[in-house]
Amino acid sequence: MAESREQRGASKLLNAVWIRPFLFLIFIVIAWDLTIRIFHIPQYQIPAPADVVAVLWHDWPELLSQSWPTTYATVYGFLLSALFGIPVAMLIAGSKTVESYIYPLLVFSQSVPKIAIAPLFVVWFGFGIIPKVISAFLLGFFPVVVSAVQGFKSVDPDMVDLARAMKGSRFQVFCAVNLPHAMPAIFSGLKVSVTLAVVGAVVGEFVGSNSGIGYVMQRSIGTFDLPTMFAALVILALLGVILFWVVDRIERLVIPWHVSQREDLIIAA
Amino acid sequence: MVSQPGAHLRVVSDGAAGASGIRISGVSKTYRTRDGDVPSLKPLDFHINDGEFFVVVGPSGCGKSTLLKMISGLLPPSSGEILVDGKQVTEPHGNVGIVFQNALLLPWRTVLANVMLPIDMKRLPRAQYRQRAMELLKLVGLEGFEKKLPWQLSGGMQQRASICRALVHDPRIMLMDEPFGALDAMTRERMNMELQRIQRETGKTILLITHSIPEAVFLADRVLVMTERPGSIAAIYDVPLGRERSLDVMADPAFTQLVQQIRKHFFTQSALD
Repeated sequence: MAESREQRGASKLLNAVWIRPFLFLIFIVIAWDLTIRIFHIPQYQIPAPADVVAVLWHDWPELLSQSWPTTYATVYGFLLSALFGIPVAMLIAGSKTVESYIYPLLVFSQSVPKIAIAPLFVVWFGFGIIPKVISAFLLGFFPVVVSAVQGFKSVDPDMVDLARAMKGSRFQVFCAVNLPHAMPAIFSGLKVSVTLAVVGAVVGEFVGSNSGIGYVMQRSIGTFDLPTMFAALVILALLGVILFWVVDRIERLVIPWHVSQREDLIIAA
Repeated sequence: MVSQPGAHLRVVSDGAAGASGIRISGVSKTYRTRDGDVPSLKPLDFHINDGEFFVVVGPSGCGKSTLLKMISGLLPPSSGEILVDGKQVTEPHGNVGIVFQNALLLPWRTVLANVMLPIDMKRLPRAQYRQRAMELLKLVGLEGFEKKLPWQLSGGMQQRASICRALVHDPRIMLMDEPFGALDAMTRERMNMELQRIQRETGKTILLITHSIPEAVFLADRVLVMTERPGSIAAIYDVPLGRERSLDVMADPAFTQLVQQIRKHFFTQSALD
């Protein structure tokens, strides 16, 4: 019994969700290192992995302190896109009139390159956190709305009729049927949104800021300090992964019943 | 006949004749679309007695589901009036239980919580009806599945749970829109037996819509045959079989004869899908 349990433990480790991407990542880093050695690529074009790791190691406190402003801007921007995106989606899905007024404009606004109007926010709000938050919000907002609208609209009308026939009020039916039904779609939107919010925050920092990872990247490009720039990229990627993971965890808590979560249930059973 | 109002009604249960049950008088439905008005139902007049098992058969798109929605109060008729137990239906009245072709269980609710949905919607005391929900689940053979989620159940079991949901708030009327259309033939026959038993035990008025003529004759006290869109009444048949029926009844000459007779309606219309 003990042996089989041990075996199961080993196979579980191999099958763990994080181990495969991790192995692949190691493979990429090795390939990167080999490419630089074989083709003699100079450091000012692509730094070696070891140099990047060295920067990460030595400048860790500085990088960490710079990553906080970016994280704040991302999280605030993301929360704002959820806070506004979901109600807007409710309005769009709930009323044909609202949809006909708002939706086309929303799509239109998406074709405006955010990076082009980002300096405008600096002009309006200065060099603080606000332009970054707005930039993160603008990038994160659209995917939430699109997914949530699709989620709200895909409710089976018979199901709504069934609840209404039991004298459920509009609000009751919405809470019991429409909202839970839309949750999986909302979460898939939130997951896209949170990674885009990171991009948005960095764009905000590029344009006008004196703190944050985006600022570090801007500065290191200016001095051809590519190892630092790559180290900043690594931090950004980590930030994205961590935030994505947090949303994913919340999703598991909120919709444990959904198809995407069932595999775990079966394995656990 | 004229001297006694209501005497022409075949009263199955007691209670005030004429006032109880479902009365449909001059009810029609026309949908307004961009291409103009589309008549769905021609004016209908009929009466379903309290405690009766009433089955409607008809070709697709003849407005059967529209009729069902109007009786539940979800859809206003274009003309005429619908009386349920003497009261005119103008909005959802909650005195119905509905079963659709798909079980339509909410995937995030357990089987028991799904059955309790009408209780939540009608704001009835949960504790009081929980016991009733458990008993209904037992009645349909779902004891022990209360805490399961819908996807863990087979199609037939899901449909049985949805029947419990239609019964839990103890409505007078059950409206069933092709409830067994999505089930395989064997499960379907078993469900027919069970539905018959449930109806005998609870004494509910049932309005069931189906495509299957044998199913209609097997279950019904009376069968209403509808014509193609716009739907109207082709005929109403009394089923001359006793109320207690086993599957053997399908071999009864009276059964096969009635099935043949109803089938003829659709062959002359040449449109049964």
